[in-house]
Amino acid sequence: MEYIKSTIEDLRKSLDNKEITGEELFNKAKTLANDSQNEINAFVTIMDSYMPKGKTKTILTDIPYSLKDNFSTTGILTTASSNILKNYVPVYDATVYKKLKDAGAILVGKTVLDELAMGGTGTTGHTGIVRNPWDKSRLIGGSSAGSCASVASGIVPFSIGSDTGDSVRKPASFGGVVGFKPTYGRISRYGLFAFASSLDHVAMLTRCVKDAAIVTNILKGYDPLDMTSLKDDGLDYTKDLDKSIKGKKFFYIKEACSYDKKSDMLSKTLSQFDDLIKKIEKLGATVDEISIDKDLLNAIYPSYMVISCAEATSNNSNLTGIPFASRIDGNTYEEIMFNTRTEGFSELIKRRFVIGSYVLQKENQEKLFLNACRVRRLIVDKMHELFKDYDALIMPASGGIAPKFGEASDVLSDEYLILENHMAIGNFGGFPSITIPYGFVDSMPIGVNITGNIFKDNEVLNIAKQIEDILDFKGQVAGDKNV
Amino acid sequence: MYKVVIGLEVHCEVLTNTKNFSNAKNSYTNIPNINVMPVDLGLPGILPVVNKEACKKALKTAMALNCQTPDEIIFDRKNYYYPDLPKGYQITQVTKPFGRNGHLTFLVNGEEKTVDIHQLHLEEDTAALEHYTNYSLIDYNRSGIPLMEIVTEPCIYSADEAVAFLENLRNVFLYCEVSEAKSDKGQMRCDVNISLMKDTDTKLGTKVEMKNINAFNSVKAAIEYEIKRQSELLDKGEKIVQETRRIDEDGKTYSMREKVDAVDYKYFVEPNLAPVKITDEFKEKVRSEIPELEYSRIKRYLKLGINLEDASTIARDKYISDYFDELLNYTKNISIATNYLTIVILGSLNKLNISIKELFITPKMLGEVVNLVDKNEVSNQLAKNIIYEAMEKNIEPLEIIKSKNIKQISDEGELINIIKKIISESPDQVKEYLSGKEMVANFLVGKVMKETNKQANPATSLKLIKEELERMR
Repeated sequence: MEYIKSTIEDLRKSLDNKEITGEELFNKAKTLANDSQNEINAFVTIMDSYMPKGKTKTILTDIPYSLKDNFSTTGILTTASSNILKNYVPVYDATVYKKLKDAGAILVGKTVLDELAMGGTGTTGHTGIVRNPWDKSRLIGGSSAGSCASVASGIVPFSIGSDTGDSVRKPASFGGVVGFKPTYGRISRYGLFAFASSLDHVAMLTRCVKDAAIVTNILKGYDPLDMTSLKDDGLDYTKDLDKSIKGKKFFYIKEACSYDKKSDMLSKTLSQFDDLIKKIEKLGATVDEISIDKDLLNAIYPSYMVISCAEATSNNSNLTGIPFASRIDGNTYEEIMFNTRTEGFSELIKRRFVIGSYVLQKENQEKLFLNACRVRRLIVDKMHELFKDYDALIMPASGGIAPKFGEASDVLSDEYLILENHMAIGNFGGFPSITIPYGFVDSMPIGVNITGNIFKDNEVLNIAKQIEDILDFKGQVAGDKNV
Repeated sequence: MYKVVIGLEVHCEVLTNTKNFSNAKNSYTNIPNINVMPVDLGLPGILPVVNKEACKKALKTAMALNCQTPDEIIFDRKNYYYPDLPKGYQITQVTKPFGRNGHLTFLVNGEEKTVDIHQLHLEEDTAALEHYTNYSLIDYNRSGIPLMEIVTEPCIYSADEAVAFLENLRNVFLYCEVSEAKSDKGQMRCDVNISLMKDTDTKLGTKVEMKNINAFNSVKAAIEYEIKRQSELLDKGEKIVQETRRIDEDGKTYSMREKVDAVDYKYFVEPNLAPVKITDEFKEKVRSEIPELEYSRIKRYLKLGINLEDASTIARDKYISDYFDELLNYTKNISIATNYLTIVILGSLNKLNISIKELFITPKMLGEVVNLVDKNEVSNQLAKNIIYEAMEKNIEPLEIIKSKNIKQISDEGELINIIKKIISESPDQVKEYLSGKEMVANFLVGKVMKETNKQANPATSLKLIKEELERMR
């Protein structure tokens, strides 16, 4: 067994056959994590010792994993990759962390994110940039940067991240791994540092679809501490993975995939997408091209920014240095709050807070915030309408491979506005959505995204697994394959 | 003379076991920061969970105040920075408060008054701050305690009306059992908005706000002081400054800050709490739990012929009023019943410092004694003594009467023999009486009472004594 290529199931077998112990697995992961830090920088904290806390034996007992550093972990530094929380040690456990602990999974480390989970590059954390294990001159994407890098490089078989716009599903594409965000409420958000509460999802990164199903099985269910969490659907998501998808109907959005002028990168990406569609059709499924009002599609990104910034500015108002957070002193409470927030946040964060405050102001709220909420509603309604006829939306997760550092920023070109931001649809409607690798361009992985109707997590995983099976990327780790 | 226009904003802590959005205890304590959960500190990652009981009680109060109630429960965020607000926002209600357009009718110095309620909503209390010279302390015990805010229309025109409204509102809380509403514990606090205008003016005058007044007599003092202060300014032709003032212990108000542009709280719907439908069934259930309220009971008692003072005294406390209503199931003599309740029972409660719920004497027991007095079978004085003894010894009054073989002797034949004996034993007193000191007759009644173990009917005895003495002239 080669550890870095092992799926959860592989490791389970080795553990059950006593070929390896939990402690040995942890030490392997810990060594890999420490060794990778110089080049990849995926971790804020790496755990020192193997500390099993499982209550009963489960499929995850003794399986190492990493956790994004925006989940509350009692007694373990949790920074959200922001200076303002650089010394913050929580006093309570996120429900997700508690469930994994109870299930016996072993935390290897807390991973770097874009500061406060805002951003898509993995370059804004307070401990420095995260590199793409496939090509260290490239970024891995964000905000779940360290989580994705730790899975893509084989340090851990799975990692827990959070996804507010595409923060797990976009890095998954850049890292050649699986990124899954279940239906909103399927997994409790209690203890996940809030970015934009109505859009935030607990999500995960794995190296195969089945592992995503396994992890979701453990994490899902109603949590009395999260009123938006869903009652457990009682399904075992690993059960239906091998069902045929013959007769299923998929669609992609024409306006996001057709361009008069295409860059070389986009051409390569879209041509691989065309190939994929043909392969899917061979499975007996149909893939239709659907046209959606381009104005509506163009409004996705600005609406996402308006809503997420508005909620973020409110959600992060607790970071004042008064009850907690790294306080910078002052003569009055106003000065303390002002100094703490001025020093504690980077410029990008302040920019988002200013946008958020602006759109919520009385004189702007109707025109900006509430209109963004209406756009969100229109898009979600449109998707619900399409899901009456279709089982899933299938789209390239990105118009290309991971950009080089400096090449991309959060300022996005108008050209690919829709293609680069369509995955926020999944957050607008709380739809289950998964990205899996489907090819390589210039020796870098690219991912395809599959989004289904709410509550159809089981079906989305089934579709993803069937597509994974006709491709050859399951379980891949960085450097393992160079096409 | 100016016309005074007052609007009140009343905050009242809701009586629940736990806080509004967390499982921390909602209870009053002097030990700081012990009833605190991560949610109450606004730690990163926390989520609010709504306290259903708090919602129910807010809805109940809204109904008791005749408000229109919403079809669903929605909360909003009010965003502002202050050290007592750990999340940087307060969860409150703007979109759909639990109550709108209600009213409360009550008596002010015997006159009926109706105050219109603009809105009632449920929110969370802030932490408590204590300021010292160089530092401040924060107690998060109060952070997150469910708080009802009741906003009246500007329709109160005097300090008396304001205080009467507050007293009656507090009794609505107590009647509905939604709050202990103790102002000394800060469970009920009030902001007063007051403006003065000339009788001929059509527009309200400049509003002055006085924040966080606990005691009702402070409300009265603050209003009276403000009326005087503002009148004097207006008399001099000066302008009233729109500002926030505080009341000091000396009963005077002092300026805290001038009102600059109103703060923009950037309200938006709380995304962590999905709207919950309130079914008609639930509303009916809550409505059915509202007892008959104070003013309605006063009116009922007045119809029974009870005077306003007694009616008000009885209806002021739900449990006393309930006791009285039950008492009336056992006796028809409302006058004696009222007298026994207001004098004997309420007096004893005060003296023993207990509540009526703790009282040994049940309405049935009291009713039985009242009936004996009504039928002249036990003297008034004896009956009262029996009740006191019953309370002291926890023995039913009828048992005491039975064991002591007590009954009132009203039979003249029986009494006259005793009286003749007493008179023959009191030659000095007889002499005094015959010389014109007629008060001596009362002394002789006392002797008869003593002789008969207080069972003699005092009125009959006095009559017979006087007849007997007159015959001796």
